[in-house]
Amino acid sequence: MDRMGFFTDTSVCIGCKACEVACKEWNEVPSHGLNLLGMSFDNTGALTANSWRHVAFVEQPRPAPDFLGMPGSHPPGQNGSADGRSDFRWLMMSDVCKHCTHAACLDVCPTGALFRTEFETVVVQEDICNGCGNCIPACPYGVIDKRENDGRAWKCTLCYDRIGAGMTPACAQACPTESIQYGRLDELRERAERRVERLHADGVPEARLYGHDPGDGVGGDGAFFLLLDEPEVYGLPPDPVVTTRDLPRMWRQAGLAALTMAAAVAAAFIWRSPS
Amino acid sequence: MAECHPVGFQWVMEAKDRGATVIHVDPRFTRTSALADRYVPIRAGTDIAFLGGIVNYILANELDFREYVLAYTNAATIISEDFRDAEDIDGLFSGFKPDRHAYDSTTWQYEGQPTLTAGGADTNNQRATAGPLLHESHGPPLAAGDHRRDETLRDPRCVYQILKRHFARYTPEVVEATCGVSREAFQAVCEAWTRNSGRERTTALVYSVGWTQHSVGVQYIRTGAIIQALLGNMGRPGGGILALRGHASIQGSTDVPTLFNLLPGYLPMPHHALHPTFDAWVGSMSAPDQKGFWASARAYATSLLKAYWGDAATADNDYCYDYLPRMTGDHGTYETALSMIDGTVKGYFLLGQNPAVGSAHGRAQRLGMANLDWLVVRDLFMIESATFWKDGPEVATGEVVPERCATEVFFLPAASHVEKEGTFTQTQRLLQWREKAVEPPGDARSELWFFYHLGRIIRRKLAGSTQARDRAILDLTWDYPESGAESDPSAEAVLKELNGYEVATGKPLSTYVQARDDGSTAVGCWIYTGVYADGVNQAARRKPGSEQSWVALEWGWSWPLNRRILYNRASADPQGRPWSERKAYIRWDDKQGKWIGPDVPDFEPTKHPEYRPPEGATGPAGLAGDDAFIMQADGKAWLYVPSGLIDGPLPTHYEPVESPIRNPLYGQQANPARRAYQRPDNQLNPSPPEAHSDVFPYVLAVGRLTEHHTAGGMSRNLRYLAELQPAMFVEVSPELAAERGLEHLGWAHLVTLRSAIEARVVVTERITPLRVGGRVLHQIWVPYHWGGQGLTRGDSANDLFGIVLDPNVLIQENKVGTCDIRPGRRPTGPALRDYIAEYHRRAGVTPERRSPIVTTDPHRED
Repeated sequence: MDRMGFFTDTSVCIGCKACEVACKEWNEVPSHGLNLLGMSFDNTGALTANSWRHVAFVEQPRPAPDFLGMPGSHPPGQNGSADGRSDFRWLMMSDVCKHCTHAACLDVCPTGALFRTEFETVVVQEDICNGCGNCIPACPYGVIDKRENDGRAWKCTLCYDRIGAGMTPACAQACPTESIQYGRLDELRERAERRVERLHADGVPEARLYGHDPGDGVGGDGAFFLLLDEPEVYGLPPDPVVTTRDLPRMWRQAGLAALTMAAAVAAAFIWRSPS
Repeated sequence: MAECHPVGFQWVMEAKDRGATVIHVDPRFTRTSALADRYVPIRAGTDIAFLGGIVNYILANELDFREYVLAYTNAATIISEDFRDAEDIDGLFSGFKPDRHAYDSTTWQYEGQPTLTAGGADTNNQRATAGPLLHESHGPPLAAGDHRRDETLRDPRCVYQILKRHFARYTPEVVEATCGVSREAFQAVCEAWTRNSGRERTTALVYSVGWTQHSVGVQYIRTGAIIQALLGNMGRPGGGILALRGHASIQGSTDVPTLFNLLPGYLPMPHHALHPTFDAWVGSMSAPDQKGFWASARAYATSLLKAYWGDAATADNDYCYDYLPRMTGDHGTYETALSMIDGTVKGYFLLGQNPAVGSAHGRAQRLGMANLDWLVVRDLFMIESATFWKDGPEVATGEVVPERCATEVFFLPAASHVEKEGTFTQTQRLLQWREKAVEPPGDARSELWFFYHLGRIIRRKLAGSTQARDRAILDLTWDYPESGAESDPSAEAVLKELNGYEVATGKPLSTYVQARDDGSTAVGCWIYTGVYADGVNQAARRKPGSEQSWVALEWGWSWPLNRRILYNRASADPQGRPWSERKAYIRWDDKQGKWIGPDVPDFEPTKHPEYRPPEGATGPAGLAGDDAFIMQADGKAWLYVPSGLIDGPLPTHYEPVESPIRNPLYGQQANPARRAYQRPDNQLNPSPPEAHSDVFPYVLAVGRLTEHHTAGGMSRNLRYLAELQPAMFVEVSPELAAERGLEHLGWAHLVTLRSAIEARVVVTERITPLRVGGRVLHQIWVPYHWGGQGLTRGDSANDLFGIVLDPNVLIQENKVGTCDIRPGRRPTGPALRDYIAEYHRRAGVTPERRSPIVTTDPHRED
């Protein structure tokens, strides 16, 4: 089986949120509640157990200012003036589970509820998950989340049931501008490279890929992005690392420590015995 | 477009990918602006000044596509020497009658032409009946004969020179002072538009209800049409003016109208005084001996009556013409609402409409509905227009008392679009057939089911009646095949009737040219003839684009005759050659002796480009081989409109009826021919030159969000949509927030003379303060989706607006107004009305006050 994934090209995202709605309709994801967040047109807030696609809206004067914090952490437009307002820019980006090559959530799952599918995507099996929650701090992107009223962990399945039947995931199917593209990951990566080259040639030097590189801290993402600014601007970690990367070394250290402790105890007994 | 038509916007993105430049002009920075190459903020309600500036730029620099303009527009036609322009009379055209604030259009005509518009030159009756709506399918009539032209365009009375003088004052400086658009941005738009037009290139103009819902809405689009005609962008691929409609099948609902003044195919609903006889009615549609295709109006009219009344319609009884209801004046939606308040309208049907939220002056709408005998609401959800009597805002203020409200409300659940079969007709005039995907739940039924069975039961109750008045109903052809457990009438049988057929054989017609005026054909909507050609539902065709030509003639069916681009004869030069190979579309093929191309030619198929009509020729034969605009009486695109418009032959800048500033161009402040309803319950905010306009210092603009649908019935009740925009809010600039002490996510309330509404504050740089007329002007934007029902509830933006209408089509001005904004929530209960009364007092508005309509001296000539 080929590895399947998403390429989300934010340069053509129109922020319609059809992906959010299609995902919820198909996967029967509960409502995330009626909360006006004041983060531009984003009233979803983040990827959670009840939102598996999340469209971020970033209102931004150009040129981009020094990064001051997470988007939406201060009311938009409080330091602007009418002059030069047409240089204002509104970025939109549909975020989703990255389906990492090295997925920490999967590594730490004690029940095997999280597993890697034949499409090399990462899926939680809802009938096996026991709600231990180990996976939640393990995710370097903060994607996977526990649903409050049932205790289990939920996230994007890359529409495992649809793609198994040869269909396109609901979000990509609903996207009117092909901002969300689904396909073979190697093909998507080639397409993304060409898109970046095209945008650079068209005078958009800030276009860059995120999560496409198999050499990054998670071994590359199955769902990667074309961004128009630094990842932090969209609320993405600039240099994600699989949180279980250091576990073997840590265990080695811990083992050494345990041995040392054991030796010390033994030594203590040996020291005592002559008296 | 991205905001309200995200699915259609994919094609803009596609065009952008192929190198198109996208320019977005809007008071608010929307999702469209985010994807546009250039965003131009503009003061709401000043588009004629902006577009007029572009017309001036084109004419002053002679950037018009001269060969196209000469051949295909009326630029060379000479206008009556009695015509006086708005430039001459300080904002009024000649013929203005101050006593009824309406025009006599006699002086606007082509030289030597009598006025032939229905109802004569007095536009008062036409305004009451929205007469210009007729011209959606064809131009107004002209008398026979040639019109004097000056092909050099130098005659001071030719249209070209009149246009040039009229727009000469619309300079970049005036545009800047009026619209708040910088000269740099304006220049960039002018250059982009003109550079991308001509032989090799075309530019498309897209608009939506942000243009139409103004007291000068029709003239906005006229100004756009002038630009597109001057630049040769009509009838050519990649050009045109694209009207994005407010709902899925609004185009269909004017073609087969739900309007009081139209019959199917844009035939006029008869008026009791203007159309006393069948001949008078038909005569009003086309002049005797008229040129062009509309000359066959008698065949369309006769065939429609045959479709209605079948065997009962004969030549001897004028095909039952007297069965048709007659208009007596304005029966539009706003007149009707006010008549309900006045107690003269007693019953009301609402189908998929929520006027308590979606129509201007929500309070008047609700008070009207509270004064009915009965009200039928058919909708998917329990909407505000069905529950106003028990929980509407007027119940809170004590104006409506549920126990005493006599209106009997019948709520009938409706089937959604996936629960019924039928067609949608979209903006491109494309009919697309829908299958029924699932049965509607419970008692929910389609509109077709409802009206068919309502008619069937009424006819059963009237059976045996000897009253003459019941014949119109008893003689109707009401015989659609039924099927299924719920006896659903066949939508395809209705489509076949709209298409038309031979009465004797039942054979479907394939073109409206086959319609006859002798009663041998029955046609429900002549412009739809061909949709059921050969007995096949052509609207149901779904051949993939990859399996057919790029024009995709085998996807659905578009009127007329499956043409995808109207007036496509204009894609070739007068000799029938493409203007350029890059923009080739329809061309004359000498060998085959016919017009060929990827689309259905919008021309007589074998008429040679050099054909010249013989003396006295009428109908289609009267059009020359290069008269590309075949539905116009002179075959030309009209830069100047000699008849058919109520507020002037040329667009001219008027301020919105509610505006904080004085008209920078004329003494005449706002559209002098607007449809006004001057009454105590419909007071409009004072505007200059009236005093106290400073009580309402801000420009209010209203629009939509992607996440919600119109008045919200179909989105506020769905959890997955409601949560995406979960609260009524108001967008203000950081500068206005500072000026009025508004806090992000706090509460504010907006006030007009009609009401006050509250909303959560969203402070955003997407709203730009504009420098207009030497001062900083703040604009405020609110969505109009909220009401008192549904999962997310809030105050309705349309409660802020009064009722004032465009005179041509009677559409309301509720895309722009003035208001005050204050921090905190509004008063509740009876205190709300006291609060509004205080604003009336501050604005110096008494119940007797009438807003001045004429603000200049109509007898003055500069």
